[in-house]
Amino acid sequence: MTTFEAILLTIVTASTPLLIAALGELVTERSGVLNLGVEGMMAMGAACSFAAAVTFDSTLLGVLAGILAGTFMAALFGLVVLGFAANQVGSGLALTILGLGLAGLIGAPFVGARRNPIAPLDIPVLSDLPVVGRLFFEQDLFVYGSILLTIAVAVYLNRTRVGLMLRSIGENHGSAHGLGLPVLRTRFLAILFGGACAGLAGAYLSLVYTRFWSPGMTAGRGWIALALVVFAAWRPGWALVGAYIFGAATVLQLHAQAAQFGVPSQALSAVPYLATILALLLLSIRRGRAIGAPGSLGLPFVPDR
Amino acid sequence: MFSRSLMGVLAGAAALALSAGGAAAQQKLKIGFIYVGPVGDYGWSHQHDVGRKAIEKAFGDKVETTYVESVPEADSERAIEQLARTGHGLVFTTSFGFMEPTLKVAKKYPNVKFEHATGFKRAPNLATYAAKFHEGRYIIGQIAAKMSKSGTIGYVGAFPIPEVVAGINSYFLGAQSVNPSIKIKVVWANSWYDPAKEADAAKALLDQGVDVIAQHTDSPAPLQAAEARGKFGFGQASDMEQFAPKAQLTAIVDNWSDYYVARTKAVLDGTWKSEDTWGGLAAHMVVMSPYKNMPDDVKKMAEETEAAIKSGKLNPFKCPVVKQDGTEVECKGNGALSDEQVLGMNFYVKGIDDKLPQ
Repeated sequence: MTTFEAILLTIVTASTPLLIAALGELVTERSGVLNLGVEGMMAMGAACSFAAAVTFDSTLLGVLAGILAGTFMAALFGLVVLGFAANQVGSGLALTILGLGLAGLIGAPFVGARRNPIAPLDIPVLSDLPVVGRLFFEQDLFVYGSILLTIAVAVYLNRTRVGLMLRSIGENHGSAHGLGLPVLRTRFLAILFGGACAGLAGAYLSLVYTRFWSPGMTAGRGWIALALVVFAAWRPGWALVGAYIFGAATVLQLHAQAAQFGVPSQALSAVPYLATILALLLLSIRRGRAIGAPGSLGLPFVPDR
Repeated sequence: MFSRSLMGVLAGAAALALSAGGAAAQQKLKIGFIYVGPVGDYGWSHQHDVGRKAIEKAFGDKVETTYVESVPEADSERAIEQLARTGHGLVFTTSFGFMEPTLKVAKKYPNVKFEHATGFKRAPNLATYAAKFHEGRYIIGQIAAKMSKSGTIGYVGAFPIPEVVAGINSYFLGAQSVNPSIKIKVVWANSWYDPAKEADAAKALLDQGVDVIAQHTDSPAPLQAAEARGKFGFGQASDMEQFAPKAQLTAIVDNWSDYYVARTKAVLDGTWKSEDTWGGLAAHMVVMSPYKNMPDDVKKMAEETEAAIKSGKLNPFKCPVVKQDGTEVECKGNGALSDEQVLGMNFYVKGIDDKLPQ
């Protein structure tokens, strides 16, 4: 394996959890709900998936547990912000705190446990192709899953009737309600989807990326996923691009250090964030206006009967 | 992390309130600990908690211990003061960043004894302690140079602060003593604890031809990355063998237990006084976990070096120490660099082909 291939492979691993979590939050936000609890849901996903995978010695059950844990946390959030029309920013922050704490508690008995790596898929013939072979045809299932998920979300939002309903609810919940669209039900489902994705991203961290659990291991990736949604201007395709830019910048700066380019490491560490700001700038210049967030994003909705 | 810690403080406060209720009856010595990370980090804070448990085991019901975990350094004063106010006679604050808050609280509560890890500010009721981890790093440097086939060894650093820089220099000097033409690549994670990023840093080093990795970050992720590639690494702070049974050559283990037990005994006996303790291998504050996965001659060399450092025959920073630009560092210690020079180290030694971020 050449260095070039190796770098590309690492970039894919670094980008995948960001992409999965960002896609979930993107759908939630498109429905008009801002969930700042991604970090907490991700931590719960990481803890519960690792706990289940070790207990039952099954990666599949681990992944399912991660998704369920994220969904459960999202359901709590949905109950508070939709049922009680609570402030979404406050509730989301509370969800992060709760998730990180609860994950520490659930994960405590599993600190120091270890699991064997998941073998990448090996597609015959195709994975033997030079460069692209290893890159495209010898990844773990999560990577293929995240690409498929991007396409599915894009089709759902832009090409289906239910996707259009979700978008119109996010743009103006008053009008949508007036048209008879089920605002609260759609939003609740969108929140659950966001939680499931965050949980899956967490499962990727503890089962594939580092293969152990320790408290605080998400280390801010949930917040990066939130930023990616804005970066992507609420479009799934751009979320994919953004996640890979971010992953690439993170990994390349480490390689630049190892190659001794002589650039201060603190400056290199800032590169991914600078890249985000630059991309945002370019996007807004190209469109000649502020990037459009869903019109009702973050606003509580109380149906008056 | 901030939020979790806040909860930790609240939970700690609640626990203290509960224990205060029953405190009137007995005259137990209450001992408090402030940790910067979670006790489950399997590294720095975990090892301090092992020390706390050693106190409980050694003194049984003569003592009572409390800990507050994940305390952010900037917000630590409240947590420290909380412990001082609720009848604790001895308080350990276990991160460099707790230095100023500990000093402040120590002045306010002259009857409480404080112990601050890795700092340099003392008061009549505030002692300091740290461990010479760089002694262990000299040994692993020698092992790394012996085990490396590519001739390039790697190092994942957290932040370019003196403690870490001294560790890199010691590691490299050890390696150089075995193979004068050895090369080193250093990658800074700019974080003490971010398992995924630490793993990426290790992968970057491995991809660029490094085949033995040392780390000064807190998670087992770099070691695990080495294991996944069939390369070698070293455990940090605690024995991480279970994460990488084939890759871990040895681990530099922090052992605070003996010190904590001794200091608790001093308080109970009334002989405690404020002083500075900086112990290494000889004082058992730094312990090497069993040497594994290496040929017998390498193991023998490591054991001999360990014995030489313990007996004082060998000092990793024996003079002359030469900087990158070829100038010799002034020798302020007894045939080696003084403690202050090591604690304030801000240069790379000659042979490290990289620029130290300032």
